[in-house]
Amino acid sequence: MFDSLADRLGEVFGRLRGKGKLSREDVEAGLREVRMALLEADVNFKVARAFVDRIRERAVGAEVLESLTPAQHIVKIVNDELVALLGGEQRKLRYSSQPPTAVMLVGLQGSGKTTTAAKLALAVRREGHRPLMVAADVYRPAAALQLEKLGTDNQVPVAMPDGRAKPPELCKRGVEEARRLNCDVVILDTAGRLHIDQPLLDELKEINRRVRVDETLLVVDAMTGQEAVNVGTAFEEQVGIDGVILTKLDGDARGGAALSMREAIGKPIVYCGVGEKVSELEPFHPERMASRILGMGDVLSLIEKTQEHVDERKAKDLEDRLMAGRLTMEDWLQQMRQLRNMGPIEGILGMLPGGRKLVQQAGNAMPDERDLARMEAIVLSMTPYERRHPEVVKGSRRKRIAAGSGTQISDVSKLLKGFEQMQTLFKQLGAGGKGSKGLRGKARLLRNLQGLDPSQIGLP
Amino acid sequence: MAEQAAEERRARRESWWRRMSRRMDKASLSFSEQVRDVVLLRRDLDDAFYDDLLDILVAADAGMGTAEQLVERLRERVREQRIATAEEALAALKAEMLELLQGRNRGLRLDARPSVVLVVGVNGSGKTTTIGKFAHRLREDGLSPLVGAADTFRAAAIEQMRAWAERARVPIVAGRPEGDPAAVAFDTVQSGIARGADVVLIDTAGRLHTKGGLMAELQKMSRVVGRLIPDAPHETLLVLEAPTGMNAVVQARAFHEALGLTGVVLTKLDGTARGGTLLAIEAELGVPVKLVGMGEGIDDLNVFDPAAYLDALFAGVLDVPQPAAG
Repeated sequence: MFDSLADRLGEVFGRLRGKGKLSREDVEAGLREVRMALLEADVNFKVARAFVDRIRERAVGAEVLESLTPAQHIVKIVNDELVALLGGEQRKLRYSSQPPTAVMLVGLQGSGKTTTAAKLALAVRREGHRPLMVAADVYRPAAALQLEKLGTDNQVPVAMPDGRAKPPELCKRGVEEARRLNCDVVILDTAGRLHIDQPLLDELKEINRRVRVDETLLVVDAMTGQEAVNVGTAFEEQVGIDGVILTKLDGDARGGAALSMREAIGKPIVYCGVGEKVSELEPFHPERMASRILGMGDVLSLIEKTQEHVDERKAKDLEDRLMAGRLTMEDWLQQMRQLRNMGPIEGILGMLPGGRKLVQQAGNAMPDERDLARMEAIVLSMTPYERRHPEVVKGSRRKRIAAGSGTQISDVSKLLKGFEQMQTLFKQLGAGGKGSKGLRGKARLLRNLQGLDPSQIGLP
Repeated sequence: MAEQAAEERRARRESWWRRMSRRMDKASLSFSEQVRDVVLLRRDLDDAFYDDLLDILVAADAGMGTAEQLVERLRERVREQRIATAEEALAALKAEMLELLQGRNRGLRLDARPSVVLVVGVNGSGKTTTIGKFAHRLREDGLSPLVGAADTFRAAAIEQMRAWAERARVPIVAGRPEGDPAAVAFDTVQSGIARGADVVLIDTAGRLHTKGGLMAELQKMSRVVGRLIPDAPHETLLVLEAPTGMNAVVQARAFHEALGLTGVVLTKLDGTARGGTLLAIEAELGVPVKLVGMGEGIDDLNVFDPAAYLDALFAGVLDVPQPAAG
């Protein structure tokens, strides 16, 4: 997400940088384009206007225009304002001092509440708590069943409706159930409703009265357009919300809702859903999101993500061998599996500075899940010896591997060629990049990766 | 008797748009309210007037490109027809919007027996609900629909489809969770042929259009049903929710390129004061909006009528009393 906005802003800044000295007119023209870019990204039109006004106020000061790098100054101002717009400090979920903490999820139909309930349960469990989910959506057919299934699959207890009790009563019972089961977080999955649906809004107020709700979180589809702000305002006025969870951030949403929410209704984004898997709910970091929009990459998130999924020592060992050009196909297979654990490749590359551009250039050449599975099949059809010495794989071996993995000989050849190129490339990187250890070294490695053609990193 | 029932149905469906209009007006900061402000505050047709209109159209999710195009055409029309008041200019804007929406064939192609309708869309757009309502509507019209639950991806999606099929009292063919959706589509159509069903409606997995495998899976489903009936699927409908912003166009384009959409179903139109999204989609892709939905009621799906929609959008504006001169 945010890709199109990032592209447009990149163009604007590029033009400003090209100018050297900036006149007031240059800045004005740039700001107009920034506003257009925001509107096209579905940022609320009032928010867009106020945002540009604030930048103008700071940017036309003599200090900025007369500095040696005015464009750089402006980028910095935009960055600061973006961080402010996204909410400044990270807002974490607040646990009550008197458990159980009751978290109520509200939102429009189809915003992803039920899936989010399960994702949130897993997220609070990762934070060391014991969640219980309450299926309080008695209106959508099979909503409770969906939650029950998600609960069973992920070992989270679910309080189910009995077919008679109304949602407020169900929620109250859910909290009692949580006490009994010694769960310290109760997640209430309420029915989706339109923000103009009075009876259902009254029901939410009733739940709020019967259960002492600690955190009411509005679940918003990141693809929502101009209406996002109206939805937020209505729920805030009618029910009162403490924060927002953005869902479906893994699509190509323009992200306008994310940018508008905080400013328009004064509520922070607490979590965001970044994928289909139940584990894919992440805390929202305003600064990181801002630098991602400005194309500086989200190296911090990537490093954290890597640490989450990769064994540190194994990684270091691998890095050393990588730089020495002694990578085997086994390492590579392991690497690929870790990569797949981390989520889609586009997502990971998108976090690197300039990585987004790389993904764009690659276009259809970008390997998808299925390509990765095919590559894995090819490597698995090799003997251990072949995996360690891929150079011995010639004609008849290729034929055997292709037959074994259900692929074409040309696929096998392509994979081997790509692997060889990658070896060479990393050898060069290793030679030039002494001291590639530690964070700074890693960052340098990441920077070097920018120049890579994705078809050359061993991905056919 | 039957005629009387049909008459009642027609009356009910007509009053539907009036209800929609009321609900659209209830949504906060409605389109008509904003437009009313412009008329009241600015009576000169200067640049500021057009800028305000542009903002309102963008705020209605019409998208920057379509909004600019509409305002540009309006300026021309105002010049050509020597329009002098904001009132008249608004009427002209409505006419421009109608022109943009007119001349597309919005009829559903359901002549073949059975006709196959593939329903696609991202998660949460309202596919399953739409199929339930659609099946009910078809049954009311005296046809016998059959529903196929091929969303084997989302937890409990099949149960949800089953509940809707019961509500609409139509038969259903369901797949196994995590089974092959194309196989379910095939089975459904085969069963439809055997039972002599008139229309076969197939629910598909709701996933984001950016997921690599989804489009291939849908293409396979489309191919597979085409093997049973040469022209099938006769309709490939994309379900979009009205509150979606500019991403709706991106989604529609992705599905259109992969599957060749025959139409769009816009849901949750009552959840937004405008639904300008449909202007953007029709202007940019030329795919017609064929059905619109609102609410959870089984009757809440109707054919899209551009004139009625625009009347609902401009309700209470074009008949607003002129402020006293001075």
